[in-house]
Amino acid sequence: MTDKKKLVVIGAGMASGRMLETLLEAAPDAYDVTLFGAEPRGNYNRIMLSPVLAGEKSYEQIVTHDGDWYAANGIACRFGETVTRIDRNAKTVTTAAGETPYDKLVIATGSAPFIIPIAGRDLPGVRAFRDLDDVEAMVEAAARPGAKAVVIGGGLLGLEAAAALRSRGMEVVVLHLMGHLMERQLDPAAGHLLRRELEGRGITVHTQAQTKAILGNERVEAVLLDDGTVYPADLVVMAVGIRPEIRIAVDAGLDVERGIVIDDRTFTSDPDILAVGECVEHERVCYGLVAPLYTMAGVAAKTLLGEEAAFRPLETATQLKVTGVSLYSAGDFADGEDRDEIVLRDASAGIYKRLVLKDNRIIGAVLYGEAADGPWFFDHIRNRTDISDMRETLIFGQSYQGGAPLDPTAAVAALPPEAEICGCNGVCKGTIVTAIETRGLTTLDEVRAHTKASASCGTCTGLVEQLMQATLGEAFAVQAVKPVCGCTHLGHDEVRRLIRAKELKSIPAVMQELEWTSSGGCAKCRPALNYYLVCDWPDEYADDYQSRFINERVHANIQKDGTYSVVPRMWGGVTSAAELRAIADVVDKFDIPTVKVTGGQRIDMLGIRKEDLPEVWADLGKAGFVSGHAYAKGLRTVKTCVGSDWCRFGTQDSTGLGIAIEKFMWGSWTPAKVKMAVSGCPRNCAEATCKDVGVICVDSGFEIHFAGAAGLDIKGTEVLGHVATEGEVMRHIVALVQMYREQGHYLERIYKWAKRIGLDEIRRQIMDELERREAYYERFVFSQKFAQVDPWSERASGKDKHEFKPLATLELEAAQ
Amino acid sequence: MTAMTTNWIEIGLLEDIPREGARLIRTPSGCIAVFRTAGDEVHALDDRCPHKGGPLSQGIVHGTSVTCPLHNWVFDLSTGLAQGADEGQVATYPVRVREGVLQIAAGKLAAER
Repeated sequence: MTDKKKLVVIGAGMASGRMLETLLEAAPDAYDVTLFGAEPRGNYNRIMLSPVLAGEKSYEQIVTHDGDWYAANGIACRFGETVTRIDRNAKTVTTAAGETPYDKLVIATGSAPFIIPIAGRDLPGVRAFRDLDDVEAMVEAAARPGAKAVVIGGGLLGLEAAAALRSRGMEVVVLHLMGHLMERQLDPAAGHLLRRELEGRGITVHTQAQTKAILGNERVEAVLLDDGTVYPADLVVMAVGIRPEIRIAVDAGLDVERGIVIDDRTFTSDPDILAVGECVEHERVCYGLVAPLYTMAGVAAKTLLGEEAAFRPLETATQLKVTGVSLYSAGDFADGEDRDEIVLRDASAGIYKRLVLKDNRIIGAVLYGEAADGPWFFDHIRNRTDISDMRETLIFGQSYQGGAPLDPTAAVAALPPEAEICGCNGVCKGTIVTAIETRGLTTLDEVRAHTKASASCGTCTGLVEQLMQATLGEAFAVQAVKPVCGCTHLGHDEVRRLIRAKELKSIPAVMQELEWTSSGGCAKCRPALNYYLVCDWPDEYADDYQSRFINERVHANIQKDGTYSVVPRMWGGVTSAAELRAIADVVDKFDIPTVKVTGGQRIDMLGIRKEDLPEVWADLGKAGFVSGHAYAKGLRTVKTCVGSDWCRFGTQDSTGLGIAIEKFMWGSWTPAKVKMAVSGCPRNCAEATCKDVGVICVDSGFEIHFAGAAGLDIKGTEVLGHVATEGEVMRHIVALVQMYREQGHYLERIYKWAKRIGLDEIRRQIMDELERREAYYERFVFSQKFAQVDPWSERASGKDKHEFKPLATLELEAAQ
Repeated sequence: MTAMTTNWIEIGLLEDIPREGARLIRTPSGCIAVFRTAGDEVHALDDRCPHKGGPLSQGIVHGTSVTCPLHNWVFDLSTGLAQGADEGQVATYPVRVREGVLQIAAGKLAAER
């Protein structure tokens, strides 16, 4: 025994525990080990202090090496004894009990919590969150009913403390210096989700909080911020960081910077002294997370045994240990020009995943809400895996990567049969595959009809299509989700869903929350967002006219020469001598060059100068005309035939019905223009079967048609269903249009929307589901309260004057 | 007027132009569009798209760009240069705000025209 070399270890923390374990496993008899520890207990898993504080684990459960373990391994434990001096010449360490000689010495003194140098930091009730004593003090403070805690520091440790204290019933405020929580590990989006989660638990989060002083006489009473805010507190937890515990190394004259400087083999500047853990600095970096420290401990063990080993700094991953929050971050996730990213968001499920890529390799990952794949991504970061082959499916994680070839279809194919595909209707993969196989389904519509998958909100359409491709083979072509525009990677469906889920009620809020990449959007996304907000929050959203295309902004149609055309509404295409006379007068008065009858049974006046528009409208208004919305993504015309009033074949009052529909629905904004028609008999003189919505009157009632087109595409309508009364026609048509308003992509006509959603699904919701139909109807009616204001009379009375008048007219002299 | 001094002409108030909007000023030789961005920058450009003569003042203003209402060409408001694949440039004029009052440089106006 006596010829064994003497190893002295200062510090009985996690790094030294791991080092000793590794050392003793490899060579149990290499050293006589003496272990000094300042804390009067064995080695416990410090990173599990949070669960102990939360009451989810006991101290016994987090002990890694207790006295018995050390004894069994022949380690002389000197707990509670503080090493005060190292004599490098004599190779001894000094404690109150005397001197202990060493051949090799390992310093593992760890770190001390950083205490902000402010007034009141020494008051009783101010604690760090570092060891079991702190935990015990905090548990005691939390035991008093109504006790208040202020946690300074919104990093990993601070938030774990805050959540644990909150779960113990304390009122908790978190103060954080930076703009978002855990800024070293999280990007702003994930920080935002985390904040929302904590606030949902009743924790107050104050970011950009500069702590000025801790107030109190006998003990802590409150915390004062620079901005004057005061938070009452019975307990203040400082969790703003750590500083390496280096005093003893400094005194010994070792090379020390922020930490004790070590080389790759963990040697300090003295070849007989090694150092590991939070007290060291390696290549200018100090480490505070357990993974690299364990690696370092392993290297130290090998070095002690004379083996070659080198500590290489590693990417570190972080996981927040707050029950109910899954969060994982690893690597480098700052933005950069040479970087690319893949983002997956599911706002309603609170999921956010972001991978940062560079040269086809993952260099950073932030996962929130679903962090199970963290270690898998982390592996790829560390191994610098080339991910080009699985890029499209990478974000879905490991479970999607089963088998080659790695394409999106394979990803879906790799899903288990019970994986949910359609969240709205609760349809899982197995159901869809079985339906495709047993019923011989080949189109998306059929799959929707038989399984209801992708038949509601449509967001899972892509997945369903991939599933169909996987099941049916190459014959089935998948469509990719297109972003709204270059300012975002989100598609229309996702934007619409997030606007509702996050209750976003202004364009800046959408751009902020959905992380638009341009500062003010573009001419593509702004009108789309404006429409979505008008549609979803009719009573609350303030219509942003600067985000509307010029025609809607000034309620007239711009022409190629910059003049405008004006089309007054002629309800159902019916007019009168008085109306025609008024139009004639306006044409004369304003010298309007062209008057044209439109395809929608009304009259267009073209070539009007912009500044004349308000006066033109004033004159038309006197004759009873209102805007025909010929410029709007909204209800345009309802074309009619003369019906049973005059026609010998007419079966119903098609004219009256058309007028009633137009009077009910005018003014409504829609994703794209909506043109309607009502024909009094199947001869269909109003050409209702190529309209967005059409009605064909028959003896027994009314056939409702929809999804026709006669523009870029020519397409006959589809039959929605048959109803008996005019009242039913109205309710069905209104519900149909509202469904389209809520689901359509901006600029997507009804026939395209219907193709996307599925005809059968639309029929089911509008014809078969009374409750749903009524809900659509009611929402349309509510929205009309805010929409049915004649924009022409508003402008004739002076609204938006700036639109129609030049700012200034400069004379020749002034300009020279 | 000497070469060293600029003759600034008052044309109205900043608040006369909506944010992310534009107003026209008429001059004997054509119209100039004065734009106000969301960040209250002001820019003055010829109100004429080099593509098909569209009135840029009627376009949607986004960031520091405007999209022509006729065929969606996009121009940078400070340089007048067409963005993206389109090629072209619109003349710009010095314009400034002094205590809320908009002023345009007469010299440039006269010189350009």
